[in-house]
Amino acid sequence: VQAGSPILHGYFRSSCSWRVRIAFALKGVEYDQLPVNLIKDGGQQLTEEYKALNPMQQVPAVEIDGTTLSQSLAVIQYIDETRPGPRLLPADPKARAQVRMISDLIASGIQPLQNLYVIQKIGAEKMQWSQHFIDRGFQALEPILKQTAGKYCVGDEISMADICLVPQVYNAERFKVDVGKYPTIKRLNEALLEIEAFQVSHPSRQPDTPDDLRA
Amino acid sequence: GRPILHGYFRSSCSWRVRIAFALKGVEYDQLPVNLIKDGGQQLTEEYKALNPMQQVPAVEIDGTTLSQSLAVIQYIDETRPGPRLLPADPKARAQVRMISDLIASGIQPLQNLYVIQKIGAEKMQWSQHFIDRGFQALEPILKQTAGKYCVGDEISMADICLVPQVYNAERFKVDVGKYPTIKRLNEALLEIEAFQVSHPSRQPDTPDDLRA
Repeated sequence: VQAGSPILHGYFRSSCSWRVRIAFALKGVEYDQLPVNLIKDGGQQLTEEYKALNPMQQVPAVEIDGTTLSQSLAVIQYIDETRPGPRLLPADPKARAQVRMISDLIASGIQPLQNLYVIQKIGAEKMQWSQHFIDRGFQALEPILKQTAGKYCVGDEISMADICLVPQVYNAERFKVDVGKYPTIKRLNEALLEIEAFQVSHPSRQPDTPDDLRA
Repeated sequence: GRPILHGYFRSSCSWRVRIAFALKGVEYDQLPVNLIKDGGQQLTEEYKALNPMQQVPAVEIDGTTLSQSLAVIQYIDETRPGPRLLPADPKARAQVRMISDLIASGIQPLQNLYVIQKIGAEKMQWSQHFIDRGFQALEPILKQTAGKYCVGDEISMADICLVPQVYNAERFKVDVGKYPTIKRLNEALLEIEAFQVSHPSRQPDTPDDLRA
């Protein structure tokens, strides 16, 4: 762990952790990772030690500039506002609102309904439940993106919306949702996965990626 | 030219937007969407065109339509004069967003109408569980960040999210007394005009039996 570098407490396959990894990569910010295994030992996020970092007992948590932040979109916007490099949110207020709208549709409207904690509570029907909420969210996202997207989710610049989209498509595929039903989402996801920042941060390439899932 | 809020008197997400408009002194119109009547007016094709997610609120403003209350609130903050809804300091701003997102992603979506209709008979327990879980995390965070309000001494988007969530907690019979910082902040905020004028008991679509 390098003195002064941000520290990401996350999990290779956590979509919320991946969002933050993408943001760091887009900004060219070096950071360290202290993996939190969500499955091992009953879930390392449930230790008293981790609870002190994030009382919600979820990943990610980020130690940065002498403070600890949780909630991936709060972290991403903090990084955007304090680090140089390409903007993660556009300058135009309406476009910025569209980026947040799309990001929140995913981060409030889809992911929380299919995260580990909730599907553990749902139990046997978790596949159906998760597919339902991902499909519902993508059915709404598809027409929105048809309107807002250029090369990327909002116009032609990569933004926080793209940062949210790719990990959510990865989750959709894990839950066997047919993303082909959503051509704009599919197209955007494929274009974004070509980008270095989305590749270097991919779940298959992290320090805690298990060997059988490693790229 | 005035903004139009499509919302529901008792929707906590709609209330957040009403508070923001009130804090900024922005006049707006309301077109209520009754979430229960006619099988739920948010499910009409007409409303779907405004918000494909078929949820409230949706806001028509400056020639565009926005959904997702926090996107709307930050747009209002960035385009209207008046008191800031997010602080100038980046760390404090991150804390405001962290608290807002804990509520808007970590609690409310797990107890909104759509989800509890899907959960069915166990909806009370389910909702209490997620609200308690969120408040158990929020309480120590707020102990650290709060001054007079959620983050320091200025009203912010965090306060805007907190009060409607406490209202929801009370509807689901969660004992908010277990969370003294949340309780104290909620009481202080409810004294403020913007939080009163926007209250569910005072809206155009408030039913008579719930009207203040």
